[in-house]
Amino acid sequence: MSREELMLEVEDLHVYYGAIHALKGISLKVPKGAIITLIGANGAGKTTTLTTIAGLVKARSGRIKFMGEDITNKPPHTVTQMGIAMVPEGRRIFPNLTVYENLMMGAYTRKDREGIQEDLEWVFQLFPRLKERLTQLGGTLSGGEQQMLAISRALMSRPKLLMMDEPSLGLAPLLVMEVFDVIKKINGEGTTILLVEQNAMGALKTAHYGYVLETGKIVLEGPTDELLQNEEVKKAYLGVA
Amino acid sequence: MERRLKTSTKVYLTLGLIALSILLLYVASKTLDTYAIRILRLIAVFGVMAVSYTFINGITGLFSLGHAGFVAIGAYTSALLTMSPMQKEMSYILEPLIWPLNVIQTDFFTATLAAGVMAALFAFLIGYPSLRLTGDYLAIATLGFSEIIRIMALNMQSVTNGALGLKGLPEYSNIWWTWGWLFITVVVITSLTYSSFGRALKAIRDDAIAAEAMGINVFKHQLMAFVISGFFAGVGGSLYAHLLTTIDPRPTTIGVMLTFYLLIMIVLGGLGSITGAIIGAALFAILSEWLRFVEGTMHIGKWTIHGIPGMRMVIFSLLFIITMLVWRRGIMGMEELTWDKLYNWILRLRPRRKEG
Repeated sequence: MSREELMLEVEDLHVYYGAIHALKGISLKVPKGAIITLIGANGAGKTTTLTTIAGLVKARSGRIKFMGEDITNKPPHTVTQMGIAMVPEGRRIFPNLTVYENLMMGAYTRKDREGIQEDLEWVFQLFPRLKERLTQLGGTLSGGEQQMLAISRALMSRPKLLMMDEPSLGLAPLLVMEVFDVIKKINGEGTTILLVEQNAMGALKTAHYGYVLETGKIVLEGPTDELLQNEEVKKAYLGVA
Repeated sequence: MERRLKTSTKVYLTLGLIALSILLLYVASKTLDTYAIRILRLIAVFGVMAVSYTFINGITGLFSLGHAGFVAIGAYTSALLTMSPMQKEMSYILEPLIWPLNVIQTDFFTATLAAGVMAALFAFLIGYPSLRLTGDYLAIATLGFSEIIRIMALNMQSVTNGALGLKGLPEYSNIWWTWGWLFITVVVITSLTYSSFGRALKAIRDDAIAAEAMGINVFKHQLMAFVISGFFAGVGGSLYAHLLTTIDPRPTTIGVMLTFYLLIMIVLGGLGSITGAIIGAALFAILSEWLRFVEGTMHIGKWTIHGIPGMRMVIFSLLFIITMLVWRRGIMGMEELTWDKLYNWILRLRPRRKEG
């Protein structure tokens, strides 16, 4: 992956929550067109990495570069406008807005009506269920539908980089597989993806390259097929000895 | 299945309703006595305040308790503009009114606009520091600011005439001004609410962090909503002053009690519903007049009950509590009354009639 064009580059990122040192020098690279995954246990710093890139959490030191531009500690709305969208952990759809309004919120920073319409059609192709639920309030959807909506909402900004925080969390096994399939499909359309998962098996089978986080540090990285064979990873995250 | 009316049909229905409302108001202004008309005007004035209040509390989801402060700013601003220089000279007996306020006199419309602008300016000044807070802390901060405004009104003798207040304002707030401004307020607030700006506000209310991740500048949106809400609160204040024809810095007229009355209206009507805010305002205006009988002497059988002053508010509070127990989310919830809903409601009524 070294020669490829980089979309996102994180260098020696340090983040603190008060006195707690949450990220202790994270460095990672996301090449254009790839699916990159961050796996690790609870509290490893996966979500913090994403929220810091999105600008929701401030970094104490380190650098985040997106398409060659420094975006470290830029406000979240600026980061979004530059082409990074996030599917937040726990979905966080707007419960009192309709499905349509939720989708339109995703396209909030855009002005091109035709492009928005195109993407709406594309999203309906990915998730036909959403089209049936268009006038329903977001809060009345099932968990799986909410996750579809959260992914679609992020796609509505037509992002260059899509960051997903535990998209398989709390979903039925069949739906989990569907979500990973959709991630591949979205990537197939040319969107670069940074995927954070606790479901290490699913994530490693979907992504091209992976990083393993432990208590705020990257302890292992490599192409996913190698990680899947790695004894440490097998023992700690895949549950196979 | 929800059925929808054609847009053109809705436009005609709306125009028809406006025409009907004008006709009804005209008939009312000709046939009703001054007391009933006064309640009618009060409904509209409370309506302006409640709609602007629900825009910030219900739609943007900011728990502000400072609305009365903006009403006060509006009331004083417009009163100082509509009173004649001679009247001012007579009212300011302790200290004369400062220049140039002592020589200015404008018409009511200009004064009301100025009241709105002045209140919006104060909303900006207060919102800028305090909107960094959320939830209860914001409520406390805004409550504090509105109280500061009232205390200022009490002590700036040479501007507000202090505790003496302003008296003998021309009674400009007739049926047409009050209901006209209510119409403008509703049109502006409704179109804002259903624009992409309003959608962003509702998204912020539902989940501020997710909204921020959508690329919405949360602080800027909240501040704008706060300023717009402040503008109409100022307009409401101007109308209120020229309805009462007197204003003074007592907590019950333009202080914290007014904020709580407005809070009752919008929560009763349904927090986040513009229709609900108007229903709440109407109920409050009518009930607070109608309940006056409980404060008078009553004869039940052979017993005579002497009225207790303030009993009205006790009963009001009880009614409010009962309503909130029955309708958790207020009368309208977050819903609005729309032509489509009415149409579907009528359609649902029809088959039942056939069966019967």
